[in-house]
Amino acid sequence: MLKVLSGNHSAAFGALLSRINFVAAYPITPQTQIIEKLAEFVDNGVLNAKYVRVESEHSAMAACVGASSVGARAFTASSSHGLIYMAEMAFWASASRLPIVMAISCRALGPPWNIGNEHTDILALRDSGWIQIFAESNQEVLDTVIQAYRIAEDERVLLPVMVGLDAFTLSHTSEPVELPNQETVDHFLPPRSDKPYLLSPENPFTFGNMSNPTEHMELRFMHHTALRDAKNVILEADKEWESLFGRSYGGLLDEFMCKDAEVVIVVIGASSGDAKEAAVVLRKEGIKAGVLRIRVIRPFPSEEVRNLLSRVKAVAVVDRDLSPGSGGILVSEVKSALYNLRCRPFVKGYIVGLGGRDVTVGDYLAIFRRTLKSYEEGDVQEDWFNLNLEVLEK
Amino acid sequence: MSLQIKELDRKEYLLPGHTACPGCPAAMGLRLLGKALGSNIILVIPASCATIIQGAFPKTSLTVPVINVPFASSAAIASGINGALGLQHKDVNVVVFAGDGGTGDIGLQALSGAAERGENILFICYDNEGYENTGIQRSCSTPYGAWTTTTIKGKQEKRKDIPSIIAAHGVPYVATASVSYPLDFIEKVRKSSKMKGLKYIHLHAPCPTGWRFPSEKTIEVGKLAVLTGTWILFEIEYGSFRLTGPSRFLLDKGKRRPVEEYLKAQGRFKHLNSEMIKRIVEEVESKWVEIKRL
Repeated sequence: MLKVLSGNHSAAFGALLSRINFVAAYPITPQTQIIEKLAEFVDNGVLNAKYVRVESEHSAMAACVGASSVGARAFTASSSHGLIYMAEMAFWASASRLPIVMAISCRALGPPWNIGNEHTDILALRDSGWIQIFAESNQEVLDTVIQAYRIAEDERVLLPVMVGLDAFTLSHTSEPVELPNQETVDHFLPPRSDKPYLLSPENPFTFGNMSNPTEHMELRFMHHTALRDAKNVILEADKEWESLFGRSYGGLLDEFMCKDAEVVIVVIGASSGDAKEAAVVLRKEGIKAGVLRIRVIRPFPSEEVRNLLSRVKAVAVVDRDLSPGSGGILVSEVKSALYNLRCRPFVKGYIVGLGGRDVTVGDYLAIFRRTLKSYEEGDVQEDWFNLNLEVLEK
Repeated sequence: MSLQIKELDRKEYLLPGHTACPGCPAAMGLRLLGKALGSNIILVIPASCATIIQGAFPKTSLTVPVINVPFASSAAIASGINGALGLQHKDVNVVVFAGDGGTGDIGLQALSGAAERGENILFICYDNEGYENTGIQRSCSTPYGAWTTTTIKGKQEKRKDIPSIIAAHGVPYVATASVSYPLDFIEKVRKSSKMKGLKYIHLHAPCPTGWRFPSEKTIEVGKLAVLTGTWILFEIEYGSFRLTGPSRFLLDKGKRRPVEEYLKAQGRFKHLNSEMIKRIVEEVESKWVEIKRL
């Protein structure tokens, strides 16, 4: 069934179709419609779940940890300050190996207050031990939430998953979305199993007590390898999803005309659509342009990025995020993936669209062209795209 | 007929060989909690002395299921457990065992939220009146005048009245207790565990390490706190207030032992001058005046 849905409602429908049975949530713009829709589902009896309207995001994740520990399929959603406020619990959830899923309508952080689109919030949590998948469209948001539970609950993984979507560009923009059939979803995503451990008086365990240096490193190694090897499970989920519903998002990354490209833009999220449009324009001019959308941020698809970019002349990495004092976060991930190649492509980083500033097809055209020029000139300087000099001078 | 000590479960739920300090009141609290509720329990423990008492992975000293959780999160974690168990139609006692910092300082927001939502959990605050696990720092529950490593001249402010804050949420049950009166505590745990909603028990827990008294004197110091009227045992059941244990007979000031006896038993008060002692005595008296009005 085709339905016109915003990105936020797509996330909520994804959770509904996943038959979640626990929600704990706290409102924050631009995530609110996700949790409003879920409250409506629960109160109207469409969804059989316990909904805890908590007093903070820290408690939202804490309640999800509690519920997931006793076997619930738990869901929450947040954004920006909410995500950063719950950061402690996010780390706790992943090291507890709990298959929680969280949608994040990615937004800038203050001060000054800004509710616009930016990816710094989700990327700040890249070291939190979660799987992070970033969507390009509302359809992908819905499909990915369902896939996320399948990946999270896989016994080879047992890790929480964040599903990122761009504030407003997706969260508040409606497009036609195909609602997968519940029966087929149930086949794809069976009920959560009780394995390996639940918190229960019938089988008492102590979870999370003190560890000594003699074990702690091994526990982290297991967490790290499970997250790294989740790549295969993500690919399996994508493949099976394609066979059931006819839609694939490329698994770890979404490659657009990269195979023979001389210049490639690497980007996260919805605006990759505009980058793809720009690439098509340039192809007509005879410039071999391509776009590589990183769908999975953690585990970072280093090998796949290396394979796709090794023969490319110039790479532009477009960051809608900032690690102040270092630069773009994605560019540093991409550079580190490419470093051990004998023959590395030229890489230039762009900082764009912070705090909801628009990034257009025209901008991507300019980025493609500027990257080729910088390649000729050997200019590797990080580029703050469209900086308003008048504001800086004031 | 009130509960007799010989009627208690002989089974130990906190095993010997745990890693508490000698004379630790938190360990006593955990032991009594086991005897009160048995094994049908899920225990939520935030960062605190009770974290240490369990011992280190892969061993544990508690025979009941335990989830260790971050400092600020216990009431919210318990809410999640309670919510999910409710959906599974499982009847398990979800109990938080938190220190005074994890209750009244960093844990207060989540506790207030859970109280307001009427989560079906029993929240026990074992109050050793400071951050004893991290090496005796001041908390909201450290009493006026007490030495800690962050109040070397004695705390300048009076303690936060956590039970009254929780009672103001209109929860079904709020009580104080003391490790020195185990039957009173056990009765309160049992009674409250049968009620629906958030139940709160504030367990006075004299800490030999932090309060500077010999480790064999925990029970004695706890009794002095009650008998001098400094710590008052009561319960508020569906809004109705009642003194319990020895506190029932202490409304009359003449029946109470001098507060100085309690203060003198502890090294943390040894620097007090007569003016500070006077303030403490007056504060104890004003609390009783408040109670007489109830």
